[in-house]
Amino acid sequence: MATTSQSFPRLPADADAGARNSTAPVREIVPVARALSVLDLVGNTPLFEITRLTAGLIPAGVRIFAKLEGFNPGGSVKDRPARKMIEVGAAEGKLKPGKVIVDSTSGNTGIALAMLGAALGYPVELVMPSNVSRERKKIVGAYGARIHYSDPMEGSDGAIIMCRRLIEQNPARYFKPDQYNNEANALAHFETTGPEIWRQTRGQVTHFVAAIGTGGTVMGTGRFLKSKNSAVRVIAVEPDDAMHGLEGLKHMASSIVPGIYHEKELDDKIPVGTEEAYEMVYALGQTEGILVGQSSGAAMIAALKVAKSIREGTVVTVFGDFGDKYLSTNLWIGWQQWRRERLQQVTAR
Amino acid sequence: MAVRVRVPTPLRRFTAGVDEVSADGTSINAVIEDLERRHPGMRERLLDEKGDIRRFVNIYLNGDDIRFLDAINSKVKDGDDISIVPAIAGGR
Repeated sequence: MATTSQSFPRLPADADAGARNSTAPVREIVPVARALSVLDLVGNTPLFEITRLTAGLIPAGVRIFAKLEGFNPGGSVKDRPARKMIEVGAAEGKLKPGKVIVDSTSGNTGIALAMLGAALGYPVELVMPSNVSRERKKIVGAYGARIHYSDPMEGSDGAIIMCRRLIEQNPARYFKPDQYNNEANALAHFETTGPEIWRQTRGQVTHFVAAIGTGGTVMGTGRFLKSKNSAVRVIAVEPDDAMHGLEGLKHMASSIVPGIYHEKELDDKIPVGTEEAYEMVYALGQTEGILVGQSSGAAMIAALKVAKSIREGTVVTVFGDFGDKYLSTNLWIGWQQWRRERLQQVTAR
Repeated sequence: MAVRVRVPTPLRRFTAGVDEVSADGTSINAVIEDLERRHPGMRERLLDEKGDIRRFVNIYLNGDDIRFLDAINSKVKDGDDISIVPAIAGGR
């Protein structure tokens, strides 16, 4: 992502921004990128400070930032692990011309694999529950990938099992990145997301908060940040119940636990309810002008809880994608009734 | 009025792992109340504190989304098929 940082006059509602500016705002000038492939455009996403939504809610010594992963070329944080898993697969000789890339995915990883497969010339087949959003199915199809639908009643675990069966029928045909068990997933974040956050916060990050689906983001980024400063607290966010509506996230206690997920490396885990996360999505849109997906709403709820529990610190979270892929989903049922005043109730919990 | 209810994986801990159960009632709401009597914990997962269907829960009556029928007041009859489907798939 090629960006230049500029100053714009701020509205009175953000008048306290001046005080924060005295603590050296991050201003990075990145040269305009020249890319030969979409692979070159993955990563280097902006770090966005959440100020309007948090005004008056968090202590003056605390700041919250979010990595806007929707700026990746495939539109999500999943471009990072997808690129790394393909890169490692090719280096190890597991992915070579003639092979088909296959995986089970409820969406963003599928989009990333479909995009990268198209750019690299590999056919892609994806297994996903039939109840994933229409936009996702269409995007994946637009990149030329083939979709196998699994039973929506069986959730993501059903897709995992169906994908295993597909490969068993013709093992030589497929290369399966296996995002749930491939350490290259976490490595992508160790090599890119972590260093970017460290650089963008000038090493000031004190808390890293990330929602868990495969666990790759929280594991890899957390490891890198702790390698730079062992005092950095790494906190995972998960749905508060097995029955939830947070697309992309896993309730670990009731799921097949990914092989790359090691809970002992976490400092804490925060459960978030589906409805409060949905409301946070509305709040972020209406206060910050950032339209994100529900996993970002959940991450923001948790980041806010962390920020309210400390007196000083820099809390960094990850907004995994933007919200345009969810406009047809249940996320937006009843949003017209939502009013900004609800923000006080949502953030008071 | 006995109906067949298909239960998604996240709710099967309330049905001893069974993926299909029977319930009685003349409306979706009544069926949910009966499910709660037989399998305590189900109601809270399906309905919010105001008694409305939770936003992330889809309920299909003979294949039709009840939001496009009469929501939880939709009438059911003997032998109907009801499916409870989480609005998302989980995983990534």
